[in-house]
Amino acid sequence: MSTVGGNMAAPITSETDGNIKENSMFLKKTLSAVPPLTLRIVAECPVTKARACDLTLPHSSVSTPVFMPVGTQGTLKGITADQLEGLGCQICLGNTYHLGMRPGPELIEKANGLHGFMNWRRNLLTDSGGFQMVSLVELSEVTEEGVKFKSPYDGKEILLSPEKSISIQNSLGSDIMMQLDDVVSSTVKGPRVEEAMHRSIRWLDRCIAANKHPDKQNLFAIIQGGLDAELRKACLDEMTKRDVPGFAIGGLSGGEEKDDFWRMVTLSTDHLPREKPRYLMGVGYAVDLVVCVALGCDMFDCVFPTRTARFGSALVPWGSLQVKQKQYAKDFQPIDPDCQCPTCKRHSRAYLHALFKSDTAAMHHITIHNIAYQLTLMRSVRQSIVEGRFPEFIRTFMKRMFPSPDQYPGWAVEALASVNVTLE
Amino acid sequence: MKLELSKVVQGRCRLGQLKEIGRMGQHSLDIPGCLLYTHLGTVPHLTQDTLHTLSSLPTVTQVTLSNMLWDLKFVLIELLLWFCCFSLGLHDTVLYCSLHDSAAHRPTGHTTNKTVSVWGSGGRIELTVAKFMALQRMVQPDWYQAMADGETWQTGTSRKRVRKSVDRSLAHLDECLLVHQKSQELDGVSVFGVVEGGDILEERLCSARETAKRPVAGFCLDGFQTGAMDQALRSQLIAAVTEELPEDKPRLLQGVGRPDEVLACVEAGVDLFEGFFPFQATERGCALCFRFDVTPDPESAGRARLTGVVKIYLHCDDQTHMTRFEMDLKDKRHQDDFRPLVEGCGCYCCRNHQRAYVHHLLVTNELLAGVLLMMHNTSHYHSFFRAVREALANDKMDLLRRRVLGTLTE
Repeated sequence: MSTVGGNMAAPITSETDGNIKENSMFLKKTLSAVPPLTLRIVAECPVTKARACDLTLPHSSVSTPVFMPVGTQGTLKGITADQLEGLGCQICLGNTYHLGMRPGPELIEKANGLHGFMNWRRNLLTDSGGFQMVSLVELSEVTEEGVKFKSPYDGKEILLSPEKSISIQNSLGSDIMMQLDDVVSSTVKGPRVEEAMHRSIRWLDRCIAANKHPDKQNLFAIIQGGLDAELRKACLDEMTKRDVPGFAIGGLSGGEEKDDFWRMVTLSTDHLPREKPRYLMGVGYAVDLVVCVALGCDMFDCVFPTRTARFGSALVPWGSLQVKQKQYAKDFQPIDPDCQCPTCKRHSRAYLHALFKSDTAAMHHITIHNIAYQLTLMRSVRQSIVEGRFPEFIRTFMKRMFPSPDQYPGWAVEALASVNVTLE
Repeated sequence: MKLELSKVVQGRCRLGQLKEIGRMGQHSLDIPGCLLYTHLGTVPHLTQDTLHTLSSLPTVTQVTLSNMLWDLKFVLIELLLWFCCFSLGLHDTVLYCSLHDSAAHRPTGHTTNKTVSVWGSGGRIELTVAKFMALQRMVQPDWYQAMADGETWQTGTSRKRVRKSVDRSLAHLDECLLVHQKSQELDGVSVFGVVEGGDILEERLCSARETAKRPVAGFCLDGFQTGAMDQALRSQLIAAVTEELPEDKPRLLQGVGRPDEVLACVEAGVDLFEGFFPFQATERGCALCFRFDVTPDPESAGRARLTGVVKIYLHCDDQTHMTRFEMDLKDKRHQDDFRPLVEGCGCYCCRNHQRAYVHHLLVTNELLAGVLLMMHNTSHYHSFFRAVREALANDKMDLLRRRVLGTLTE
């Protein structure tokens, strides 16, 4: 076990009045010297590269490996903050691009940051807006300055620079902020990838310089380099020279071949510092989560579980269940008889099937279940690492998920083999 | 069920309790009261956790046949099994089954002497009394309304058509009761007769008298829905109808939910209302904000008025129009308003969130807007009913009416 981070001196106790004021000032100074992020490695898997950690952030502590649900516009679709807290969620995402557009950083600042605005007591991570800029919006131009684009709401040209992105994130007050990176699709090849990688490093430095609250908000770097091992390695070498509290592995999970995907993930974790958290962006399918934990990742986010819920797709240990299908009209079991979530404790597949025809609450029930599924999965993964039986967990998990070993995805088998886990 | 009246004003307006409701007779409901409006047993937008942030929900849950039917084949065969399991998801409650959803659009012109039509998500389903009663035997509610023909709300409905609705509804009632008495599954279940008659006094009286002769547990007043007639006529007709109905049986008014109309109808003799009005406000992106406090409160004297411009809708034919009793949270003025929806409201939304946040959720089309608004609107509306009962008990109905309409000067 190891503890990293600032030193916490023991507060001096004293009986006299005169000293009390002095002591509270001392305490204040001491507390403000505590970094906004500390990572304590609770257990490391002796077989794979997996770790179980306690991540302490300004609003609460987070147990890793962790899946972070995505609440794009300051809300998890259809779920209240209380419900999310009740499911055991310790950290969720907000989107800088969306919130920067509506309602805007000034309003959110007035509302005591995004925490105040959505009334979320635990941790928030905001991404930089870079990905949305590329995936959602008519792209005008990427220059050294930043990304120029046309606002979908009033057609005006907006420049999202590293400074602007950090400024918005400072207003949002998130516990973890992401640097603005030059985002390039993982299917793009050629010199653009290298250009983007180098620019991301320069933008990282600008982001670090622009952060107004390094004592309260943690800025993570994002490793780029596409699917090119050399470029990725170069990016890792450079970015790890910067003293940031954490690193994200970016530029993946965008439609590339899984065979290339896992190799870049494991290359990245090989060269990221052990004592800082590793955040793999955009990964959320159960198999991907389990494998990438084995490859050394700690944090994950993805819209998939919550988005697919709204289409009636419930995630289960053996895959997924499309509640809207006719076969469930008379199925009176809960979605998963072993699941302890509020939905499974109270409702049957048949009821949810029927409810989808009459009320939006049906979506909320499945959303709650899917978040519970993801969080429970991560909790089980963590427990198995702590108890030294993660490889066994992986084997059981895969057996449950796939009807037979010849259906195990090839890339997953290879990736796991690379960290000494052989599946049947 | 047993009606215990503690007070009657002007021989019509009643305060009391409906007791021994439910098959086991284990529930009671204060009257004047409001049923819990649901889609298939779910309060719109809400799951159990969000529903239970509401204190003191009505003990009677309303479900409608129209919500349950999307293809007749499925319904007739499978509903029984399905319903047993569905009802396990409901909190301990009394189930009242009505024919139509008062918040949903209902096309007319498909009723015959032997059938009525309901509109499910799959389209139109035609019901005979036989099919209707088969459904009730499967659903096994604690209480249901008899099948009835209520298509008289359109302006210009002929006398002949109104008379047909009265006659058909009585015939359907008699047939329902016959089947009911023979059905073991419906042992202990209450049936309400439906009083029709459109806007014609003689037909209303005839329907009331005839329905009252049947062995029903209470009465639904149909064809009075908001938009069918103005309140003055509605009050007049309801007062005349309730005169013909036995005092010891409850009266449920269908299709009326606006606070001012509720007050007038309580004074005309109505005991129970359907609770769909909060849902309609929610779908408009509006929060109910009308006041109903009548006890002297030094704090409220200085409180700023909640509504800026008060628009008065004289003809509310379209139930989707915003009323004077709510505020439109999509309005830009709420963008940076960090107050709760209604100052002093104890609902989850008002305790945890601000107008600016709900405004944001509406502008960005977020699902949570519906959840939060439904919690607030349901809470506000049911608190209003509590205020009605208190005002009745303390002879403050006049004050309450003026407060609700916003014409009470401090």
